[in-house]
Amino acid sequence: MDSKRRDFLKIAGLSAIAGIAVPSAFNSLLKGEAVASEHGEAAAANAAAGAHGAAAPTGKRWGMVIDVKKFAANPGLAEKCVSTCHAIHNVPDFGNKKDEIKWIWVDSFEHVFPDDSSQYKKPEALESMPFLTLCNHCDNPPCVRACPTQATFKTKDGVIAMDYHRCIGCRFCMAACPYGARSFNWREPRGKNADGQPFIKEINPKFPTRMRGVVEKCNFCVERLTIGQIPACVEVAAESKALVFGDLNDPASEVSQVLKTTFTIQRKPSAGTHPSLFYII
Amino acid sequence: MYGKGRIIPALILFLGVMTSPMWYKSGDLSKLPKPEKPKDYKECVAPTAFMRTSHMVLLNQWRDNILREDGARIGKTANGTEYVRSLQNGCMKCHSDKKKFCDTCHNYASVKPYCWDCHLQPKEAM
Ligand code: SF4
Ligand code: SF4
Repeated sequence: MDSKRRDFLKIAGLSAIAGIAVPSAFNSLLKGEAVASEHGEAAAANAAAGAHGAAAPTGKRWGMVIDVKKFAANPGLAEKCVSTCHAIHNVPDFGNKKDEIKWIWVDSFEHVFPDDSSQYKKPEALESMPFLTLCNHCDNPPCVRACPTQATFKTKDGVIAMDYHRCIGCRFCMAACPYGARSFNWREPRGKNADGQPFIKEINPKFPTRMRGVVEKCNFCVERLTIGQIPACVEVAAESKALVFGDLNDPASEVSQVLKTTFTIQRKPSAGTHPSLFYII
Repeated sequence: MYGKGRIIPALILFLGVMTSPMWYKSGDLSKLPKPEKPKDYKECVAPTAFMRTSHMVLLNQWRDNILREDGARIGKTANGTEYVRSLQNGCMKCHSDKKKFCDTCHNYASVKPYCWDCHLQPKEAM
């Protein structure tokens, strides 16, 4: 009786091992084949394209060149770009740095290009130049990857847009953005300060406001782009050509021509975000 | 049943109190909401029955389509009238009084949509 039970257990054990091992071995064999054939196809595709690295980009990618010299030559122009943008987009002014909301702002060379190695031996003129700064609408945007709700996303034309309905205010995107381009609404944007002054001086009835608890930033004026207008800041700076806006993927566009003929720099290139904004200094 | 004399009347009373809101309004058609319709416009973007039940679905579809799928900002009604696919710049152009239109039903149904936390109603006093 005893020996029979031992036999039974042995057989049961062996069949259990066989039951587990055989299909998995079979599966991994199958997968190995699949992986091999995938490699083959990818290699074939690469060979067919005759390309090394990434394929040529297709579709639009909006971008902008910021000519800091022209802004320096036109005092007040940069500030006018800022106030126009903030007015049409109902950006609140909470009156203190801590709660500040900014879509576009003027900053110093050190702050805009903190990793510039020449900054201890630089022309003095840089000190006083107004650096207009806004969301870079990065081609490889860390804010989009960080957002858990896809409230921040990239449109077909390369604009990094936000759907404020989806924003849960986690601020992951603010931690992810290397440029400080995002602001959080700590306070109710439609509220009033202690003196009874509304935070949004004059409301633009065509554009929504935001609510407390969401992040906001420059939207490259998508609402204007879709109806064939250029961004509001570019319109303000149009006369002096301090801002040039256009499709980076179109070699004939004005912005591509400027980039072809002029030396420009981008903010924090080492971050690998591939900004769509270029600076002429 | 032990204590039947008290339990049964108490149960009836309890049920009566619980369902009183239903009795209170039942059969009184005058209490139904009467949203004020625009006078100058006769045709909406979709049939009334659909709009009554599904306007919020439509608004979400407009948003996702325009923002994420590069959809058109302008739509056309069945009769070919063009409209802006937007709550603030489209719907409110005809339904220009939020209090007399949106709020009547929303208050009746006791729903509190958060549209107006960000979107502006026409000539909103801020
Ligand atoms: S600048 Fe910042 S917010 Fe703008 S796309 Fe790049 S990472 Fe995102
Ligand atoms: S704060 Fe809003 S936009 Fe930013 S990561 Fe969180 S959900 Fe996304």
